[in-house]
Amino acid sequence: MPGYRRPLYRDDAVVLRVQKLGESDRIITLLTRRHGRLRAVARGVRRTTSRFGARLEPFGHIDVQLAGDPDGHGPALQSVSQVEGINLYGKRFLEDYPRYTAASAIAETAERLTPVEGEPSLRLFLLTLGALRALADAEHAATLVLDAYLLRGMSLAGWAPALVECAVCGTPGQHRAFSVPAGGCVCPDCRPPGAAHPAPATIDLMSALTSGDWRVADAAEPATRRECSGLVAAHLQWHLERGLRSLPLVDRNPGERS
Amino acid sequence: MYEGTIQDLIDELGRLPGVGPKSAQRIAFHILSADPADVTRLANALRKVKDLVRFCTVCFNVAESEQCRICRDARRTDEVLCVVEEPKDVVAIERTGEFRGRYHVLGGAINPLEGIGPDNLRIRELMQRLGSGAVRELILATDPNTEGEATATYLALMVKPMGIAVTRLASGLPVGGDLEYADEITLGRAFEGRRAV
Repeated sequence: MPGYRRPLYRDDAVVLRVQKLGESDRIITLLTRRHGRLRAVARGVRRTTSRFGARLEPFGHIDVQLAGDPDGHGPALQSVSQVEGINLYGKRFLEDYPRYTAASAIAETAERLTPVEGEPSLRLFLLTLGALRALADAEHAATLVLDAYLLRGMSLAGWAPALVECAVCGTPGQHRAFSVPAGGCVCPDCRPPGAAHPAPATIDLMSALTSGDWRVADAAEPATRRECSGLVAAHLQWHLERGLRSLPLVDRNPGERS
Repeated sequence: MYEGTIQDLIDELGRLPGVGPKSAQRIAFHILSADPADVTRLANALRKVKDLVRFCTVCFNVAESEQCRICRDARRTDEVLCVVEEPKDVVAIERTGEFRGRYHVLGGAINPLEGIGPDNLRIRELMQRLGSGAVRELILATDPNTEGEATATYLALMVKPMGIAVTRLASGLPVGGDLEYADEITLGRAFEGRRAV
């Protein structure tokens, strides 16, 4: 159309995923601060002469200028016009394989928790950014940061597991049984067949990760962390109704730095 | 929508990567109007590539026999092994004329977002090759992107305890470019990898 120009707009975003497109282009999936999840074409970024290809690697926090309609009118794919790096977390995970796999699971979860493109989700954006920053700072074990992110992401989506009351009848207290289909801890009267019986320390760890009590979380034993990760993953995937491809590949090597 | 054979050809061409419906239609009509000898040559090439080309049993590069040309070449050294993601990377490195060792093609890079983990690549076969004791240096030539770097990190973790020297291709400024246009990551890598002159 003669004289037609797609409008330009700016936002800051986290790069969730990159996919190859054609000879030298990429489709970039972004979680933006003001426009939710978007997909955009970055032209020529796979060429060694690309001026901003390195800034569009996964897990980076970027300031991006996009061409297209952020309200979803016109072509579905936006086009990346300019990029500046704010904090390129990706490069800090490259020498730490467990952190790279945890960051991948965070990015995939963020994508799955935003099923509709272009729908703003500021709290999830801030949560994702905070999780990647915590992962990059390496103050806590990668699996703890990942599990805290998954628990809080589920809270934002409305699927937080019940930890201090019965998920079925609401009776307050720490209940021993945990049922994923029921939605968390269940009292002896409501306990469905097949409910798990995690150690009390595991429920304490889940509560600590949800509330951000890192003193308790960092002190958790490896066995407790493993049980917590299993319950969190099962709870998330039950509600997403599909498995996350990156979760089984998360390196839960006990030798990781804590 | 065309009928019969021509539509079948358009549909098949449209399944190729990077070929959309319009391009498929254009190629189909080009084939229709081309010299029959040219079309037969194309058809034979397509048939032969599936019949003859296979993966080298040693390095997993593409080959037309049990072993590829590089693995059969007795003049190349067994002491240096270069790990790449895809067969096309072998061609790119061979074009430099700088490398006289052997290759190992992984068949991709670790990418948890796509469900590709170490078990989906030819890492077990690489470990078996390294176990023979002939290799002194392993060059990690995976792509300089997040997945390639993560794959290199993983391989370095696995191989270093074996006492083999592990090196990574240098990253830095492209020849012929201006410094002011380099992005901060590339420029940072160039600084890290600077050398005495």
